[in-house]
Amino acid sequence: MSLRVDIANRFDGFALDAKFEAGPGVTALFGASGSGKTSLANAIAGLLTPKTGRIALGGEVLLDRAQGINVPVARRRIGVVFQEGRLFPHLTVARNIAFGARYAPPGAPGLDAAAIIAMLGIEALMERRPRSLSGGEKQRVAIARALLMRPRFLLMDEPLAALDGPRKDEILPYLERLRDSGTVPIVYVTHSVAEIARLADRIVVLRDGKVLRQGDVTDVLSDPAMVPLIGVREAGSVLMARVVERNPGGLGRLEIGGGQLRLPGIEAEVGTGVRVRVLAQDVLISVTRPAGLSSRNILPAVVHEVYRGEGPGVAVSLRIGPSRLLARITVDAMEELGLRPGLNCFAVLKATAVARADIGGPKG
Amino acid sequence: MLDAAAYTALALSLKVSLIATLFSLPVAIAVAWLLARRRFPGHALVSALVHLPLVLPPVVTGYLLLLTFGRNGAVGGLLESVGIVLAFRWTGAALAAAVMGFPLMVRAIRLSIEAVDPKLEEAAATLGAGRWAGFLRVTLPLIGPGILAGAVMGFAKAMGEFGATITFVANIPGQTQTLPSAIYAFLQVPGGEGSALRLVVLASGVAVAAVLLSEWLARRMASRIGA
Repeated sequence: MSLRVDIANRFDGFALDAKFEAGPGVTALFGASGSGKTSLANAIAGLLTPKTGRIALGGEVLLDRAQGINVPVARRRIGVVFQEGRLFPHLTVARNIAFGARYAPPGAPGLDAAAIIAMLGIEALMERRPRSLSGGEKQRVAIARALLMRPRFLLMDEPLAALDGPRKDEILPYLERLRDSGTVPIVYVTHSVAEIARLADRIVVLRDGKVLRQGDVTDVLSDPAMVPLIGVREAGSVLMARVVERNPGGLGRLEIGGGQLRLPGIEAEVGTGVRVRVLAQDVLISVTRPAGLSSRNILPAVVHEVYRGEGPGVAVSLRIGPSRLLARITVDAMEELGLRPGLNCFAVLKATAVARADIGGPKG
Repeated sequence: MLDAAAYTALALSLKVSLIATLFSLPVAIAVAWLLARRRFPGHALVSALVHLPLVLPPVVTGYLLLLTFGRNGAVGGLLESVGIVLAFRWTGAALAAAVMGFPLMVRAIRLSIEAVDPKLEEAAATLGAGRWAGFLRVTLPLIGPGILAGAVMGFAKAMGEFGATITFVANIPGQTQTLPSAIYAFLQVPGGEGSALRLVVLASGVAVAAVLLSEWLARRMASRIGA
């Protein structure tokens, strides 16, 4: 089932004019605060009615201003997970998650309640009140509540933004499980590149209410032209890798197609697929094979694209077989090394530069 | 200790106040919701009308009721043709009590509705609950304490209502003589102070009991809704 959105709306001093499509898997709506992503999410859910536009889900038109169609929120059957959870304070967890189940049409596809509760690990919380839950627990309950209504699409509006770092890391594996279960297509609204790198299959980049770019997450994140938008410290590529060797306590090995990486913190079984996010600032480029270096990861690469923006930095994308690796170096270095598309070089990555949180869970 | 007239007045006051509260409560909830959650032309006017009995002299309210709901009044005549008579009956006392207590009820309930985060109602809608279902399953339980407070206020106002009642339905023992009317009547006759004082104690007792009961109920409700 695919969701097609093409809407325009005008607020005080801000124009939203966005067109995109979301299919199976996780589509991230990415943008800074004020980019219009939450307005877009609200329009999809039906909580905001844009002045003009059209929203269709599969064959059903949810909104068509020209034809006067505007399906009410309650009949859209799009599950929403809000940033603040929005659990009902007067109901137990069990009754919170059961809230929408009665409105699901009989025979609607989806996981049954027991499977959802197990997937999100909330068995022990069922008799508790929202007030007594931690932030992470609240969000897991909110996800379960949205899934139990058997939605046709799941809309997650910055579900982790209100949580601190450790809580985020605690909940990410649950989101990966949800994604990999293939239960429901997801639109995931966020301003966090780290979350996108872990979760998203596709990304829609928003700025000032407009769609700037959309595509596969690996392509968009490894595009040097995206660096200024994502931020120089956050920019980095996502590699789809396969575990070749596990070595608890030491360095494991990953196959990335075109080379192998040796990294610590690999917990997945041999043979499973994992995602690895490598920050552009952690990658060095050498035009000759470096010797006597402490780095365990020296990969033959070809310069694919060089993007020079404003300032002293240059973003360079490197081809390693079918994979793309993004590096950020200085203008000086680029000129001295004579980097240009097609040049053979070596990408150098420090093994410890990849944080455990940047290695995603298994993905089949 | 109390004479028959006093018991009759107490019983009548309780009946009038209970009926007034029960009948006006659903209307008060609806009006409070309208004022709290909807913006419509005439919003300020409706709000002003609701508050009118609070600021008008009670005698004026009673007189307006007489003009409207009396046998020759516009609404009174209509009601009489279907067999409902309000003027100079206990039912009229209940109407007067309801009208006088209405602004207090609406105020308390409106405040409690405004305290409910509309985002919770939105969440209910995304889960498939229509507006009515969302109100019944989310808003209503959450405003329970506010409804209770409104009901207690309305009931207390009804128990104490005097000016509009005596103007609209007079002071007929056994018919329209409520507790305050009876106290007034006793004070009008020589040697009636003793009886009046006993009624004052009675009225105070009922009032304190009502407040205590409502506090207890409010605490139970608050813990139930996890507030």
